[in-house]
Amino acid sequence: MTTHPQMYEGIFNKSTIRFLAVLIVVALAVPLLNALDSSNPLHVTTYTMTLMGKYLCYALLAVAVDLVWGYLGILSLGHAAFFALGGYAMGMYLMRQIGDRGVYGDPLLPDFMVFLNWQELPWFWHGFDQFWFAALMIVLVPGLLAFVFGWLAFRSRVTGVYLSIITQALTYALLLAFFRNEMGFGGNNGLTDFKDILGFDLQSDATRMALYVASAVALGLGYIACRMIVTSRLGRVAVAIRDAEARTRFIGYKVENVKLFIFVVSAVLAGVAGALYVPQVGIINPSEFSPLNSIELVVWVALGGRATLYGAVVGAVAVNYAKTYLTAAMPEIWLFSLGAMFVLVTLFLPKGVMGILQRERPDNDDSDGNNLDNGNDLDNSGVKA
Amino acid sequence: MRLIEEFQHRDKVFDFMMPNTSPALDVGQGYLLYLEDISVSFDGFKAINKLNLYINEGELRCIIGPNGAGKTTMMDIITGKTRPDEGSAWFGQKINLLNMSEPEIAQAGIGRKFQKPTVFEHQTVFANLELAMAGAKGVFTTLMAKLSSSQLDHIDHVLGQIGLKQQRNLLAGALSHGQKQWLEIGMLLMQNPKLLLVDEPVAGMTHQEMDRTGELLTSLAGEHTVILVEHDMDFVRSLANQVTVLHQGSVLAEGTMDQVQNDDKVVQVYLGE
Repeated sequence: MTTHPQMYEGIFNKSTIRFLAVLIVVALAVPLLNALDSSNPLHVTTYTMTLMGKYLCYALLAVAVDLVWGYLGILSLGHAAFFALGGYAMGMYLMRQIGDRGVYGDPLLPDFMVFLNWQELPWFWHGFDQFWFAALMIVLVPGLLAFVFGWLAFRSRVTGVYLSIITQALTYALLLAFFRNEMGFGGNNGLTDFKDILGFDLQSDATRMALYVASAVALGLGYIACRMIVTSRLGRVAVAIRDAEARTRFIGYKVENVKLFIFVVSAVLAGVAGALYVPQVGIINPSEFSPLNSIELVVWVALGGRATLYGAVVGAVAVNYAKTYLTAAMPEIWLFSLGAMFVLVTLFLPKGVMGILQRERPDNDDSDGNNLDNGNDLDNSGVKA
Repeated sequence: MRLIEEFQHRDKVFDFMMPNTSPALDVGQGYLLYLEDISVSFDGFKAINKLNLYINEGELRCIIGPNGAGKTTMMDIITGKTRPDEGSAWFGQKINLLNMSEPEIAQAGIGRKFQKPTVFEHQTVFANLELAMAGAKGVFTTLMAKLSSSQLDHIDHVLGQIGLKQQRNLLAGALSHGQKQWLEIGMLLMQNPKLLLVDEPVAGMTHQEMDRTGELLTSLAGEHTVILVEHDMDFVRSLANQVTVLHQGSVLAEGTMDQVQNDDKVVQVYLGE
């Protein structure tokens, strides 16, 4: 047999290894620096570590969005809904963990139900006292919603901006529903006042450290899962659908099924991100469903650079760092700068910040002169010489 | 365990060993395609009028004719896009094309290339061919798909046929118009059809590109059967094959290019235009 040259990138290409190396360093260094004595100048406060854990959850969410937007061409403006649903599933578990330590001391009912004069636990709250059940729901609820929604939308061949609008409507509908007290999810106030997770005190440094590391691990595994998809033939079919959907159908692929599969995977990743986010911030309320959140996270991905995965991570961390800084230093500036960032990136950096770095590295993917396409196209589809 | 049992059946023919053409395809009589007494009218206008056409296996047949002669409608009938009002259309001896849907006809072994080339611009030439390759195309099969060495050889073979070996790892978007047309013919070949319907492949090509396209189509005949619809007379002449002239929905003349060109009726139709 003749040996054939390597045609496609493997899962662990240069950028993936680089990304994972940075992630491992960050995942190990921050807890170690946190463990240092607080008088040490290198000491990282628990507050900072938790903040970074939050960024890691956002990064996983951004990777999920990049998978459907960058590679499949579906601009979802409702991905925060899957994130929030995962968060609510975790929140329900944490509420049940409170037990009788709530303000009203009811052994079974969470505080808000006692406040609403409810006599018994609603049926959908059963089982959430078990972590395994909650973990299952974290995956299942966003996945199922994405499946039903995607099945209906893709089968009806809803594409482009129309699909974006209905995803936005989806998250808005959930926002309104979760605001209602009778829904049984704490209404306006959401779920909060958590005490432990798996029996460990949520306020302790060690638990915070574990949650931080868990977020990093989830990001790493989610990233690898996405790489597995985008480097498979299915990933190439996805890019084909993104670029010429009708043609893909014509050569025999069931476009709806491909879209549905990737959309569900993405929703599950978003749900896991939400579930790790909630114990670190200590609250989940309906504002997480806000349409603005979904739009903001699209900005992260656009800013970092679509169809690269690591671009999404960089975008998520950079924008959220800027948000943390600006909302504290100059709160009135933040929304303007978010809008300005999006406009500038759309106009001048169609491939995002990572696009600039790629242009500067000639050894990357333009080596065989195939860069005839102008800047506003998406390449880097994972297929390189 | 079921898998092991499956392997123990000595008479089992594995899917990848199966010929890619439909088992019903029987070309015992030498004809691959029969169209007999086909008529179609659109709002009273007879687009096809008692058309008879017989294509031999392995043949390269050029179909020419002025605008509105019914060339594209004929292609539509063969691929199942249009249903004729009367007549019969058979693929081989046993496959009745008039009872089949478009995907069924495609699966039976008839591939069609449309006029405007569409390739996946952000993927390599190789990936374009890989995606078009015949075989199971479900989500999980595709997710787990690995290229076998015979599949690799097949892709390389097609790359050679369409003359894009050098461009193997180039993005399809970087190809010239002519190369994209060849790539699309290659994608058609990857689907492994018995009969190729090619609609005006040289529109917009340079003369050199036309020459190469002609060579490509000539080399495909034999292994595949090719029906070529073309406007460009010089190109058709260069292929020097059986030519069918359509006019007002039926066959006006048939024969070699020279015979056809000296046919009084053909001269009249073309000069009268």
